[in-house]
Amino acid sequence: MRYLLKVLIKGMLMTSTDTSSIADVLKTAENWSDSGRSVALATVIETWGSAPRPVGSHLVIDSDGNFEGSVSGGCVEGAVVSEAIDVIETGKPTTLEFGVADETAWRVGLSCGGRIRVYVEPVR
Amino acid sequence: MDLSLLTKLNELRSNRRAAILTTNMSDGTQRLIRREDDYSQDGLATEFDRRFRSGKSGIVPFEDTDVFLTVSVPSPRLVIIGAVHISQALVPMAEIAGLDVTVIDPRTAFATEDRFPGSKLKAEWPEDVLGEVPLDAYTAVAAVTHDPKIDDFPLMEALKTECFYVGALGSRKTHGKRLERFHDAGLEPALLDRIDAPIGLDIGAASPEEIAVAVLGSIITALRKSPETAG
Repeated sequence: MRYLLKVLIKGMLMTSTDTSSIADVLKTAENWSDSGRSVALATVIETWGSAPRPVGSHLVIDSDGNFEGSVSGGCVEGAVVSEAIDVIETGKPTTLEFGVADETAWRVGLSCGGRIRVYVEPVR
Repeated sequence: MDLSLLTKLNELRSNRRAAILTTNMSDGTQRLIRREDDYSQDGLATEFDRRFRSGKSGIVPFEDTDVFLTVSVPSPRLVIIGAVHISQALVPMAEIAGLDVTVIDPRTAFATEDRFPGSKLKAEWPEDVLGEVPLDAYTAVAAVTHDPKIDDFPLMEALKTECFYVGALGSRKTHGKRLERFHDAGLEPALLDRIDAPIGLDIGAASPEEIAVAVLGSIITALRKSPETAG
């Protein structure tokens, strides 16, 4: 129970401080692109239930799988990164949905059974 | 996303300019709308207005598709007019709450580093400071000197530039006289209604520290509970 509370509080704190981190991620996306890296940008476009990161949160990914930012506060990032590498290769944007419940939700970090949709696009 | 569009967006961000990036979810096409642009003929104009106020990103249905709006607004700022006792309490509280705080007071006996260690402090007339760093819709202004010579100009500027919060210290009688001066200066009655006076939430604040809590409460209310806030 104490752990659950900690996770919840962490989620709330992240929600309240999202503006500055958004700025950083977008700047990182620009810097990486400028330095010749192939880059994709992932954005949370919709959330249901108690998602850990608010709509508009960003994750920037390069073709080697390096990333900055977050779209879920930790655990679906792995899946987003591997999809983003595909997006960088094909040049085509895609929308991912992580809609999970109960134990799966807990395991991937969507602590209260929240669902999120993430838009992944290449930066060119 | 086009790299040039991203560069443009980042440039606007670093200059405290609000912008919305629209993404058509069907074909991926994107546009960048700046708050100062004339977008009144745009089909999404009302939505843009709401989002510029709320600062919230989100999906909106538009012409048989969904459009995602990435809303980028500057972080909230607080400009305090008057380096007085209330301000000494308000500065650290507001900074903890996430506001970027500046204190302006031309009276050099008040605006000292000793009284405001480590703060952004301008021992100059508001007229001069605000010429360099103008107010905007993402700024709150609290005038607490009690002196019309210092308070009046920044308060009127705050109303004209649509600051999200405008508060003025003083009794109802003092505020009544202030309203007369502002009316004579040509300000619309609707603008005058926006002034929070007597300043702060009505929590029975007595000490300068308690008044600071009341003022911060009002500022956060204005920031988070705006009637136009988008869901």
